[in-house]
Amino acid sequence: MDGNAPDFVAASRAALADPQLRGNFRRAMDGLMGKRAAQFADAGEWTGVRALAASVRLRALSKLPELLEKLEENCTRNGITVHWAATTEEANGIALDILHRVDARLVVKGKSMVTEEMHLNAVLEKNGIEVLESDLGEYIVQLDGTMPSHIIMPAIHLNTKQIAHLFKRKIKDAESREDAAYLTDLARRVLRAKFQAADVGMSGVNAAVAETGTLCLIENEGNGRMCTTVPPVHIAFMGLEKVVENLEDVPPVISLLPRSATGQPITTYVNMISGPRKDGEKDGPREVHLVILDNGRSSIYADPELRDTLRCIRCGACMNHCPVYTKVGGHAYEAPYPGPIGKILVPQIEGLEKRGAMPHACTMCNACVEICPVKIPIVEIMGRLRVEAVKPRGAVKDGGAKASRAEAMVWSGWAAMNASPTAYRVATLAMSKLGNAAPSSLPMLKEWTSVRTKPRFAGRTLHDLARAKGIPDV
Amino acid sequence: MSDARNSILTKLRTTRDAHPLIPPASDFAPIEAKQWAKEERLPRIRRLMEAVHTEFLDATDADWPEVLREFLASEGVGSLIYAPATDAGKRLAEGWDAASTALIPYDRPLEDLKPRLFDTIEAGLTTSRGAIAETGSLILWPTAAEPRTLSLVPHIHIALLRTDALYDTFLQAMREQGWAQAMPTNVLLVSGPSKTADIEQTLAYGVHGPKRLVVLVVHP
Amino acid sequence: MSAIPKPDRVYYFGTCLVDLFFPDAGMAGIELLQSQGLTVVFPQGQSCCGQPAYNSGYRADALKVARAQLDLFPGDDPIVVPSGSCAGMMKKHWPDLFHGEPDEAKAVQVAARVWELTQFLVHVLDVRLTDKGEPVRVTWHASCHAQREMGVVEEPKALLRQLANVELVELKREKECCGFGGTFAVRHPEISAAMVGDKVADIEGTGAARVVSGDCGCLLNITGALEAGAKAARGQHIAQFLKERIHGR
Repeated sequence: MDGNAPDFVAASRAALADPQLRGNFRRAMDGLMGKRAAQFADAGEWTGVRALAASVRLRALSKLPELLEKLEENCTRNGITVHWAATTEEANGIALDILHRVDARLVVKGKSMVTEEMHLNAVLEKNGIEVLESDLGEYIVQLDGTMPSHIIMPAIHLNTKQIAHLFKRKIKDAESREDAAYLTDLARRVLRAKFQAADVGMSGVNAAVAETGTLCLIENEGNGRMCTTVPPVHIAFMGLEKVVENLEDVPPVISLLPRSATGQPITTYVNMISGPRKDGEKDGPREVHLVILDNGRSSIYADPELRDTLRCIRCGACMNHCPVYTKVGGHAYEAPYPGPIGKILVPQIEGLEKRGAMPHACTMCNACVEICPVKIPIVEIMGRLRVEAVKPRGAVKDGGAKASRAEAMVWSGWAAMNASPTAYRVATLAMSKLGNAAPSSLPMLKEWTSVRTKPRFAGRTLHDLARAKGIPDV
Repeated sequence: MSDARNSILTKLRTTRDAHPLIPPASDFAPIEAKQWAKEERLPRIRRLMEAVHTEFLDATDADWPEVLREFLASEGVGSLIYAPATDAGKRLAEGWDAASTALIPYDRPLEDLKPRLFDTIEAGLTTSRGAIAETGSLILWPTAAEPRTLSLVPHIHIALLRTDALYDTFLQAMREQGWAQAMPTNVLLVSGPSKTADIEQTLAYGVHGPKRLVVLVVHP
Repeated sequence: MSAIPKPDRVYYFGTCLVDLFFPDAGMAGIELLQSQGLTVVFPQGQSCCGQPAYNSGYRADALKVARAQLDLFPGDDPIVVPSGSCAGMMKKHWPDLFHGEPDEAKAVQVAARVWELTQFLVHVLDVRLTDKGEPVRVTWHASCHAQREMGVVEEPKALLRQLANVELVELKREKECCGFGGTFAVRHPEISAAMVGDKVADIEGTGAARVVSGDCGCLLNITGALEAGAKAARGQHIAQFLKERIHGR
């Protein structure tokens, strides 16, 4: 990632020009959508469990400060050290303090989107600490020197051939074999040695239970268990919204997340951690740390409409169903969170100056809203962010960053025309007589006609035809 | 720093109090409604788990150690690590014929076993605390006597499953077993051998967790 | 949508895209309603539902335009709209747009009476159509707002299936957005082009001679792309298509 401001339009253009990428994404998303649909064939079950999961998340949000305190209390009682970070800088500082204290040289990491927000790996590397991503998809993108392109399947933009070439280049003694089983086994061998040797294991948190002081992590590969069990120190990172009230609130989330994400009934492992190694136990980390990160979430929480963004359980179903994401893939967003959730979350974290384009990279088709397991009103929030970008209400960082006198005048003019029957009649008459003479090189028409014929104004309007046919007016 | 803690909590509380959120009531009925007849549970668990490459063996309370020994011999598995202080561990060890498979007791901290555990020991045996029919999942309840890494590090994980603790759902299991009252250091649901679809959505088994999961069903 | 008893009279809100680009389809919708014995009223003062400004973040401008429509529909009669997108704006978003405004109650009352055309034809009028046309294969493009804001999924296909000589072949990805998205098509032209490209390929794959839709934004987008690609299929609004079939043209 370079230091330049993200340019979604340019990045998406590049992605669209890559037929390999487009093909990979089309196939992958079609597959994931089909698998999810198969898991939710029973509409009544979907409605019921979804309502339950949404209520679980909303209840947690309604008591967020109290639950975070309770979580801290119970984690601490269990022997988990709880840290609070207002910013990603603070969170990175906390991580480094722990690593320096235990003289860590090698860190193994399970997948954590929060640590992507923190750019944690870059910080550790700058401090001379080797950090290895252990989730296979994350390991692949790390080898490739790129960012994940999907929150659940980080290497979804690559096919087997590309991965085989990558492994051949980057892994000692690797053969060039386009065979998923071989490549997986190779990664298993490389990472197994690292799990054994690592000083510190890091992870995210899928859900933190306030009632019992428990961290729940779900995964298929077992790398999360390795990272959270084998090294002597485990550091877990979570966004402050990830808390749930009771242990019983976990099953609804676990029921929906894997089915929504990858169309599996459940992940291979559901790992529930409630403390470090106790006296008499023979394994498990001696130290377990939980870092609770804000990074803009408390500001999101402050707005009654925008705080629904925080319901998210990070399943990724929204991006699987997004027709824009299907076309351009995750890298075009140049953000830790792509797709629909990315388009509403990232502008709120990073501000509308940097990310004002994201809420407009959307046709408001509502495919995401239809399948979100916790019923986030994604498109409504998208619309609200479009407002904040030009007519700020003070709720979002860099509100008004995309305000333009020219655009405001266009809409004023449009409103004046449409609010007055006379003006409307005059304007539509002019358009129907003269509109077709407009050259295709005009702004907007130019973009339109790059792949389409010009829209043709009819010679008479419906108002005209209705009047001519004597359709009553009142 | 506690500065961050206080400023975060204060901000959350103030803004929430200005705009309280009234959540809808949580109705757990849709999950509670998921029920299977007693005799349907094991076949369902088996079907779901076999679909993701879990292997099943059947035995009785009397003969499971022998069934296990024969299985390991036929698979050429030379070593099995187990928890010697559990009832199951004691049963396993009594009269074990080590001709084809050596038994290794997990009787010291991980640090003292690490190289062997990672590099040479091929299989690990654990008990389980039951299984869940809805999703085809074993409940593993590691203890001081039966460490977590038994079911994680060796390439083959063998889990004993008694047929008298089969639950309909995760929710039911946690309620009936009273988990919220006292959570141990680690609880796990395991639903198959480790897998990934990260390489072009092609399912590949045996990633970082065990390559094989063998459920040894112990019938009364 | 729960059905109401068949009224004697309905209002018709044509929508600005129909007005300018598909007036014949708009008229066909009126005639379909008239053929069922209804008096159709077309208030000449109507213009636009306000959606373009609303979606661009200029809500005050959208409100000004929406407000100008409110007094055109006095009483209780249903308001039929030949567009799922505009119907959705009026029905689902006007209550939000007018929230806290002095005329909120009026807006809510008007919004509650809005019907998308095919919804109205199926659920309220229970139309029976007789096909007098030649055999033809068609496919149906489900506009996003019709499906997801107005809940219109099966109604248009049910109407098409009534036509004896029409073979309806469904798209592989019927529910997927065509890439119009209002200003999206010009803000993100390449992505929009890629999306309509996938839709056109899907249409070609059905071998259909016509792609029928209830939304003019989608139609402008899809027909424009079909024509630019010199594809055999033609796009048509469902009202126009139904009219031609029942008249044998």
